[in-house]
Amino acid sequence: MSITYLDAIREAQARALADDPRVFIYGQDVGAFGGAFKATKNLAQRFPGRVIDAPISEDAMLGLAVGAAIEGMRPIIEMQFADFSTVAFNQIVNQAATLHWRTSVPCPITVRLPCGGTSGSGPFHSQSMEALYAHYPGLVVLTPATVDDAYSMLLEAVAIDDPVIFCEHKYLYYHLKAERLPTEAMPVGKARISRPGRDLTIVAYSAMVHEALAVAEELSAERFEIEVVDLRSVKPLDTDTVMASVARTGRLLCVGEAWPWGGVTAEVIARVASEGFELLDAPPQRLNAKDTPVPYHPNLWAAHRPTARSIAAAARNLLRR
Amino acid sequence: MVHTTLNPGTVGEPCQSRDEFVKAYQLMLLARILDDKFASLYRMGKVHGGVFLGRGQEALSVSFGLALRKGDVFAPLIRDGAGRLAFGESVLEAVRTFLGSPLGPMRARDGNVHRGRPREGMLAMISHLGAMISVVNGVLFAHRLKGVTNTAGVACIGDGATSTGAFHEALNQASIEKLPLVLVIANNHYAYSTPNDRQFACRSLLDRASAYGVAGHAIDGTDLADCLRVANLAVRQARSGGGPQLVVADLLRLCGHGEHDDAGYVDPALKAAPGGRDCLKVATDVLLAQRWGDEAALAAWRDEASREVEAAVARVQREPGPDPYQQDWCALAARHLAEGFANGEAAA
Repeated sequence: MSITYLDAIREAQARALADDPRVFIYGQDVGAFGGAFKATKNLAQRFPGRVIDAPISEDAMLGLAVGAAIEGMRPIIEMQFADFSTVAFNQIVNQAATLHWRTSVPCPITVRLPCGGTSGSGPFHSQSMEALYAHYPGLVVLTPATVDDAYSMLLEAVAIDDPVIFCEHKYLYYHLKAERLPTEAMPVGKARISRPGRDLTIVAYSAMVHEALAVAEELSAERFEIEVVDLRSVKPLDTDTVMASVARTGRLLCVGEAWPWGGVTAEVIARVASEGFELLDAPPQRLNAKDTPVPYHPNLWAAHRPTARSIAAAARNLLRR
Repeated sequence: MVHTTLNPGTVGEPCQSRDEFVKAYQLMLLARILDDKFASLYRMGKVHGGVFLGRGQEALSVSFGLALRKGDVFAPLIRDGAGRLAFGESVLEAVRTFLGSPLGPMRARDGNVHRGRPREGMLAMISHLGAMISVVNGVLFAHRLKGVTNTAGVACIGDGATSTGAFHEALNQASIEKLPLVLVIANNHYAYSTPNDRQFACRSLLDRASAYGVAGHAIDGTDLADCLRVANLAVRQARSGGGPQLVVADLLRLCGHGEHDDAGYVDPALKAAPGGRDCLKVATDVLLAQRWGDEAALAAWRDEASREVEAAVARVQREPGPDPYQQDWCALAARHLAEGFANGEAAA
């Protein structure tokens, strides 16, 4: 048996629907059609009346979710693409994210964002939104990089009493496979050491974890031992695991598929620099996408985002310092 | 099915019982006196932030607050003090929120018109106009999923909010789902200073009803009798499966957008027109004409309302303000996922 990252997301939703009558799914084409990526395939048939097609009204989709959450439901909202969540931005950051702090009423909503680039998708079907949402208080932002995490973290997202932005990477949907669904899981908020090492820490999340692991393998032939930290969750951000890793290696490279200004890689470096400057043997580095919209053509796209090749080059530079 | 009902309304039409009219009138009076007190406190510098009043819109607001009952959902906007009182909010809660008491429902974290108790059906508005409509949809949608029947929801907006994407998305959504939503537009002719002709180009905002396939109702917002009649009708129709109801009331706000605004932009012709009448004065005339009360009764009601407002203000002014050192500064309900920032910095 082989389970893809996408299968894991579908199975997690099936289990959430089966286990908890408060859960429902609302999004464009999620019903009989099964979703643009088939992340809800057959769920409408298995759970009648609980997997519901929405009009192309992202603002109203999120507003409806907030109202339902106030009534004790646990909605899962599927954005067809993460990019379109900007239409719902107001309801997410001003309505959902402020509700508990203002009124003491929890707002348990899971917003699934199919994010990140795939070849040929262009400026409006490729964005990585995690930094935007992590900036706002009142939100939890998850970025699973493995099949196991896609399954277990989505289940945990539905159980969390706050709005959760669940960034699922479209490139991983079909490329990533596991033998079976996990039976145990690390909790949300804990980073994972995906590969241990002693010469350099690469902090990554989502699809970039796999690029970083490829670099670690490549550089092992050059006798470098690269430690790869998978953040798993960018908010909360597991500073302790990152600091412990930097304490072991003395060198830090942060990699993110999102744009360079601010963001997750900047946050990680700010924390390490302010709390663990003395642990560093070289200036911390970061690698992000270029500061332009995501390009359409595969040649341009491959150069726009960090890849194993560009990460390896940055790693070698840092190891020489 | 498109089902548009136009109800032009007749001033002074005696279609309510005395008890209903008097109850509504007393709440209007209380709301007006409370508003006057807020304006006074604002001028004395006792209010943090702005003060936004419902003067001139009490008849409309109170009618929809009264048409709802426990188990329903109400999303008032900035000029719905009367509707809030009618839906069950106490004067004390309103005063506590305006004066920033931590004992109020928003615990001084949010203020003035943003108060609410969502779990009790009173939503706490955000400032982004039109944004509460789909939240009311969500509450009603959840009722359906949970098998809760016979409920209705009212969302209040002004003419300006009809220009937002949120309004159109939410009204369309309610229509698709045939939700028991009553969407009340108080057309007071100005969104802050912007007049209707810079806000929309359709003949009437009621055109929006047929555009979205929902029932439409017009109200003379200065006439309490008309407001009560249409509010009861619209809420009853929504509750009984008639789908969303769009209500458009014609009226004028008899104050600035906020107390910082002298409203010098309001066309004198509008003030002189029937729509510019003071709904409280109109209701007083009806009350006296119907012999549902006399001058002595009115004076007694006024005194009672003033005493309640003054007592609440005196009490809240003795309450301590919020202590920043007692705050947990945690926006999450799932506290174990809090970042541990302190004073804006990452905790060491």
